Amino acid sequence: MDIVVCVKRVPDTADAEVSIDRTGKDIEKDDLAFDINEWDNYAIEEAVLLKERLGGTVTVVTMGSEDDEEVLRRCLAVGADNAVRLDDPAFSGSDGHATAVALAAAIKELPYDLVLTGAVAGDDGYAHVGPAVAELLSVPHAALVTAIETGDKAVTVHRELEAGLEEVVALDLPAVLTIQTGINEPRYVSIAGIRRVARREIPVKGAGELGLQPQQAGAAGARVELEAMSLPETAQKGELLEGSVDSVADQLVRIFAGKGWLG
Amino acid sequence: MMDDILVLVEHRQGEVRDITFEMLGKGRQLAASQGAKLTAVLLGSGSGKLAEQVASQADTVEVINHEAYADFNSDTYQRALANLIAEREPLLCLIGHTSYGIDLAPSLATQLSVPLITDVVDLNLDSGSIVATRMVYGGKARARVRAKSPGAIVTVQPGAFTAAESGAKGEIITTAGSLPGEKARKRFLEFIEAASEGVDIAQSEIVVSVGRGIGDPKDIPLVEELATALGAVLACSRPVVDKRWLPKSRQVGISGKTIKPKLYLAIGISGAFQHLSAVKGSGMVVAVNKDPKAPIFRAADYGIVGDLFKVVPALTERIRQAKNGK
Ligand SMILES: Cc1cc2nc3c(=O)[nH]c(=O)nc-3n(C[C@H](O)[C@H](O)[C@H](O)COP(=O)(O)OP(=O)(O)OC[C@H]3O[C@@H](n4cnc5c(N)ncnc54)[C@H](O)[C@@H]3O)c2cc1C
Ligand SMILES: Nc1ncnc2c1ncn2[C@@H]1O[C@H](COP(=O)(O)O)[C@@H](O)[C@H]1O
Repeated sequence: MDIVVCVKRVPDTADAEVSIDRTGKDIEKDDLAFDINEWDNYAIEEAVLLKERLGGTVTVVTMGSEDDEEVLRRCLAVGADNAVRLDDPAFSGSDGHATAVALAAAIKELPYDLVLTGAVAGDDGYAHVGPAVAELLSVPHAALVTAIETGDKAVTVHRELEAGLEEVVALDLPAVLTIQTGINEPRYVSIAGIRRVARREIPVKGAGELGLQPQQAGAAGARVELEAMSLPETAQKGELLEGSVDSVADQLVRIFAGKGWLG
Repeated sequence: MMDDILVLVEHRQGEVRDITFEMLGKGRQLAASQGAKLTAVLLGSGSGKLAEQVASQADTVEVINHEAYADFNSDTYQRALANLIAEREPLLCLIGHTSYGIDLAPSLATQLSVPLITDVVDLNLDSGSIVATRMVYGGKARARVRAKSPGAIVTVQPGAFTAAESGAKGEIITTAGSLPGEKARKRFLEFIEAASEGVDIAQSEIVVSVGRGIGDPKDIPLVEELATALGAVLACSRPVVDKRWLPKSRQVGISGKTIKPKLYLAIGISGAFQHLSAVKGSGMVVAVNKDPKAPIFRAADYGIVGDLFKVVPALTERIRQAKNGK
């Protein structure tokens, strides 16, 4: 089975202080740590597990800058066979649609029975690109996949619905699946593994090589325009307890006691 | 005709889902401001009863009836909706940002060559052009976006808008759906219900919940001790389950359990909407997080900004003392 996995490098903002940059259209990223998008990490693991079971190839694709090459190397280190990076000034200002157009153009040239993407990217939070790529490739898709059973010409997958419910659907191959977290336990990437692939030449493709017209790529091809980014108003709903650790613990215990919760 | 706002009715296992009424609530408000018509579109099989439930919220309910639509299937739904939307050219089409909408909306928008704005928490029409607010970077920032052309599809975050009783008596128009001859490339097989194993966190009056901020599974007992001291059950956010640190039955959230305890204590949890929407009914929400900008504080009645490794043991000790009558 030949599998293509789309991966994206994203900043880790969960623990970080976030501020808006000078353009007013993005956050300041200079001091942030970057890593593979959480959902994509499950997707590459799933691809490698399928390859280990069924044979075939795994190719990873990212649309991104030279800095983003590190996520491709990480995927090569865990077992991907090939990597491609899509990079062109014309890609700047891409929305979910323009991103899908570039990725689909690249995937068309590759061998694939399955395309795996993350369910959502932790930075833009679109949950848009995977099923859009499927439509551009004219193949069926399933989003939020939590289990995959492969057959000859079809796959049976579990999709996560709400409240712990799942649905089981069958899809003709080739197909695109967007992977939900928890589907597997991603393996640890060793420094030695990264070192082994450090010198691998990773091909870069621009809009022209993908056969894209200027009006299809980046801001020109985008259907949604980002006007401004801002920090959410900080207004707390309730009260922040202030003081030393002992003091805030005391305050909270008094609140609980006042409610009669401490028996 | 550009004077229609379409809302896709979401239903499952014979029930209209809440998101439908939330979208109709927002749709009504937008329709009123634009002098537009609010149309609910229901794909189903023998779903007359469901249509009646939404009729009081829409000007028209268009039911497309076919046995293939009994259960959601993005493939068959897409074909039906693409035809309808291409013919109607609505001003705007609202779909839930749910497990169904996430599966359907992107490919539908791609097929129709219309803009798609996902996971929207606020929505306006600014001289006919669609402007939306959506959260980015895990809720740490918000983005204002504009559709570059009319007729956009917008997926709406559950809980972002409120349902409104409109008292309208929408007309129900039922048409027989048909499927193109070709076999569906995607086939719905069955539902699998959540396994009901272990404790039911939804039954507990006090729930103490641990998030990714704990960092290491060996430290979970720290939070468990706090739960025990409070007479609470231990629950968690999704990453803790994804990493197999606690079983799925402990997961709070849209894809886990919805709970309504009198006290919800969230430790090292950032407060993604998929988590928060499931604790909205709690009597009191208390959050402990080292990041003062964590979105969870926007939902908490009381917040403690601090390191959980310091705050939690102090709290456990004080609670034990208070309970021992000291
Ligand atoms: C379709 C879908 C369904 C989902 N369903 C669910 C669901 O049901 N339930 C759910 O929870 N999530 C769900 N999610 C995931 C959700 O989007 C978030 O990714 C998740 O809730 C984040 O969990 P967290 O807050 O524990 O982790 P993070 O977002 O990583 O936050 C960790 C927090 O810990 C804090 N922290 C770190 N160290 C410390 C310390 N020493 N002391 C104090 N604080 C500290 C950090 O400041 C941070 O705020 C779903 C996502 C999708 C796409
Ligand atoms: N620039 C990109 N390069 C490669 N894959 C991407 C890119 N952007 C999005 N994707 C893929 O699409 C998924 C969903 O992203 P999004 O639609 O932006 O939430 C991600 O998890 C990736 O698998």
